[in-house]
Amino acid sequence: MAWVEVPGQEKVLKPLLNTVIILGLIKCANFSPQAPAYHLILEGILILWIVRLLFSKTYKLQERSDLTEKEKEDLIEEWQPEPLVPPVSKDHPSMNYDIVSGPPSHNIVVNGKQCINFASFNFLGLLDNERVKQKALASLKKYGVGTCGPRGFYGTFDVHLELEDRLAKFMRTEEAIIYSYGFATIASAIPAYSKRGDIVFVDEAACFSIQKGLQASRSFIKYFKHNDMEDLERLLKEQEIEDQKNPRKARVTRRFVVVEGLYINTADVCPLPALVKLKYKYKVRIFLEESMSFGVLGEHGRGVTEHFGVNIDDIDLISANMENAVASIGGFCCGRSFVIDHQRLSGQGYCFSASLPPMLAAAAIEALNIMEEDPDIFSVLREKCEQVHKALQGTPGMKVLGESYAPALHLQLESSSGSRETDVRMLRRIVDYCLEKQIALTLARYLDKEERFLPPPSIRVVVTVEQTKEDIDRAASCIREAALSILK
Amino acid sequence: DAQHTSYNGGLGLYNRPFNESFEETPLLVAVLTYMGYGILTIFGYLRDFLRDWKIERCHIAREREEQRDFVPLYQDFENFYTRNLYMRIRDSWNRPICSVPGAKVDLVERVSHDYNWTFDYTGRVVGGVINMGSYNYLGFAENTGYCAEAAAEVTMKYGVGVASTRQEMGNLDRHEEMEALVAKFLGVESAIAFGMGFATNSMNIPALSGKGCLILSDELNHASLVLGARLSGSTIRVFKHNNMQSLEKMLRDAIVHGQPRTHRPWKKILILVEGIYSMEGSIVRLPEVIALKKRFGAYLYLDEAHSIGALGPAGRGVVDYFGLDPRDVDVMMGTFTKSFGAAGGYIGGRRELIDYLRVHSHSAVYATSMSPPVVEQIITSMKCIMGEDGTTLGRERVKRLAENTVYFRRKMTEMGFIIYGNSDSPVVPMMLYLPAKIGAFGREMLKRNIGVVVVGFPATPIIESRARFCISAAHTKDMLDTALCVISEVGDLLQVKYSRHRRLPSLDRAFDHSIYDEIQD
Repeated sequence: MAWVEVPGQEKVLKPLLNTVIILGLIKCANFSPQAPAYHLILEGILILWIVRLLFSKTYKLQERSDLTEKEKEDLIEEWQPEPLVPPVSKDHPSMNYDIVSGPPSHNIVVNGKQCINFASFNFLGLLDNERVKQKALASLKKYGVGTCGPRGFYGTFDVHLELEDRLAKFMRTEEAIIYSYGFATIASAIPAYSKRGDIVFVDEAACFSIQKGLQASRSFIKYFKHNDMEDLERLLKEQEIEDQKNPRKARVTRRFVVVEGLYINTADVCPLPALVKLKYKYKVRIFLEESMSFGVLGEHGRGVTEHFGVNIDDIDLISANMENAVASIGGFCCGRSFVIDHQRLSGQGYCFSASLPPMLAAAAIEALNIMEEDPDIFSVLREKCEQVHKALQGTPGMKVLGESYAPALHLQLESSSGSRETDVRMLRRIVDYCLEKQIALTLARYLDKEERFLPPPSIRVVVTVEQTKEDIDRAASCIREAALSILK
Repeated sequence: DAQHTSYNGGLGLYNRPFNESFEETPLLVAVLTYMGYGILTIFGYLRDFLRDWKIERCHIAREREEQRDFVPLYQDFENFYTRNLYMRIRDSWNRPICSVPGAKVDLVERVSHDYNWTFDYTGRVVGGVINMGSYNYLGFAENTGYCAEAAAEVTMKYGVGVASTRQEMGNLDRHEEMEALVAKFLGVESAIAFGMGFATNSMNIPALSGKGCLILSDELNHASLVLGARLSGSTIRVFKHNNMQSLEKMLRDAIVHGQPRTHRPWKKILILVEGIYSMEGSIVRLPEVIALKKRFGAYLYLDEAHSIGALGPAGRGVVDYFGLDPRDVDVMMGTFTKSFGAAGGYIGGRRELIDYLRVHSHSAVYATSMSPPVVEQIITSMKCIMGEDGTTLGRERVKRLAENTVYFRRKMTEMGFIIYGNSDSPVVPMMLYLPAKIGAFGREMLKRNIGVVVVGFPATPIIESRARFCISAAHTKDMLDTALCVISEVGDLLQVKYSRHRRLPSLDRAFDHSIYDEIQD
């Protein structure tokens, strides 16, 4: 409808104006002197209005200085973008990866040296298990490697359905759903339920994947101090007061609390019973992230709900990745069908991504079999954790962060030098010293600029069931030596 | 009238014909489709009413008794579409299989006694279904052969899991080898690989672009690109699908006017496009995009999820297809799921870019690295395509895919179906339009032993539902002929041969190999 050129009018007004004119013309076409009076008056008003609009002042809705073509070309010539990425110095601490040749099992070859593995999250020692490997091999021979499609389009294998079934039975929930990437599990689950306008209360020490899930959900995020139930209660009370001001909005605003079972950043456990009480008092739903506690805590390895004896139905969603204790790849969410089924159509990492390769699913099923057959493995792991925790106490200049039954501990500097870089460099020297002495450790890695509450630099010490008393003692004395010589 | 665009070097940038067609929806069909959805909606409301008043049995899962007075987790209207439209034809999706997803696949038979609310597995297997739905472009989804044997060896040697991130203790020598190979395959300086294709986009776009940057994203970009762009915090502007005039206007406006309100110049501009768009079957107009990018100083992020391995005389993707220089594309991203029969994604580019991503990518710091047998599958399949394993199998696969694509598309258009997309793209969307035909097509094809993918709203616009065929190099001519025969039969049964541009069936010519001779390797 370009024949009406009204200068300066924005696109929004032009069609409106054109509609009015067309209606006017139609009215004029139907004009007959026998029409009733109100008809004539209406058309008169319409004509007057059209005339007014045609001659009215034009409003510029957007500041557009009229540039000539030459000026525009000059601007385009002159514009210099930033480089796509800023340069990274060659000796950046994260630049050079440690290279592992061969399988990352208990005896690991790092940078050419044979070491004992205290760095991979291989809690139950299943990375090297023959049964798991055989099952994965059998699956490979049947299905090949990749699935060539998402779950909706011929990417659902019977192995996936079996694994989901087994996980649901193991955790004693109604349903489970599998993702092909551990990081994507909680990061897709949170935005599927929590949308713009909802409120999420999350612990400060939440891991990065939770933070990304929260960012994708566009909800209001309220952080409470780590493991501080009083702080959480304070925030919940404030929210209650807000709700009373606007009850209609409060009736449709969903609220969630996101916590981890065993925190990866601080290696301590969340106070779940207190949390469940707060849940019923303030009507919030709990999302529990159990990557580090699945297959670790509890008598049968069912995680922090079994550890505390909490009814699993009280937790709305449990999410975990299968990359730690289960020694496979991927992740899962479990809970009631009412909650979990929703992700099958709105979990982005589930619908729009290829499914988990069947051999990895078969490996996970076999790992579950081993976990179910031999529940003593969990008490063995707990014993070893206690041993390591005790052995590392009293390291000069360093403190151990974490519960005594947590399998992934942090060794932090007792007193920081003031600059994060220097701390990281000192810890790296300790790690290098230990690597020389054939103990494989690693620095805990973070994205400094992206983390909301950046944890202090630390060394990650991981306990597995395959470590013997001698290994633990050797590691402890090695770390002590390193600390003595480097942190004078 | 058909929107039929055909450049024959018209702009001097294309060295081969670019034939894309998106025939317009026939008016009668559009009206009927809206009517169909209208009727379904009315019935939906009726059904909801009956369910509320307990006249009809309710299969929907309910909230716990103890949590009755919590704020409801879902709004009723959010799930209206799921409850009343999707549920009726749910059996077309999530079909479980129990064999290799190759050219022929075995489906697990399932029946529903309550109109798709629950499924029962009969225990039988529907064997030998021709698979036109899996993304198996080069036919590497195999459980026998050189690739599978190498993967088996690595499984026994390295195990299946890694249990650590790339920056910590998860960087295996196999990963480094694979990345060097990927860089060589693409013709770029360096490459880095990640465990999930979706996550490659959603984790790395935020690392490349931030506040104060502008992202120009194609209308029909994949959910992972959209999520990555949103998480980055940059300003996002959407240009019309594959429309270079729209893109040029946006670039021009962006540079001339700067950031909204403050008019500060943009820090950088990133253009997000895909190689092949999987719902439309269209190929990006890469020569023009690169020309625009060079002229205006923007950066190009090319997502070759579907096009790597599937296009080009050497299977090197859409850059190879147009005969362009891979160094012109700033960020070459792709996935290993489709043409390599593995899983995961990669990014290739200049050394500075990859070094930066090694340090700052979310995946390298927080996500577990790739599983060793998957890495092995990538290495062996890539070597096969490149010809480095000493055979010409890779070359043959690429050629076979191109032949199959041209043949299938030609035959479908001759039969009178409306096919969207480029004549060289192995993704073939066939329009169905009416909602009832979505379910009917899927079921009728399965009855005749062909497995197809049907898509409707919300993956496509509401009246443009379609069936999508994915051609594979593993499909023999016989399989394609069988499939075409069946599709024609079902097409007549369901009356989906909507095209008003009947092409006369041409005599069956042998594939013209000289079509690729002009392009230098």
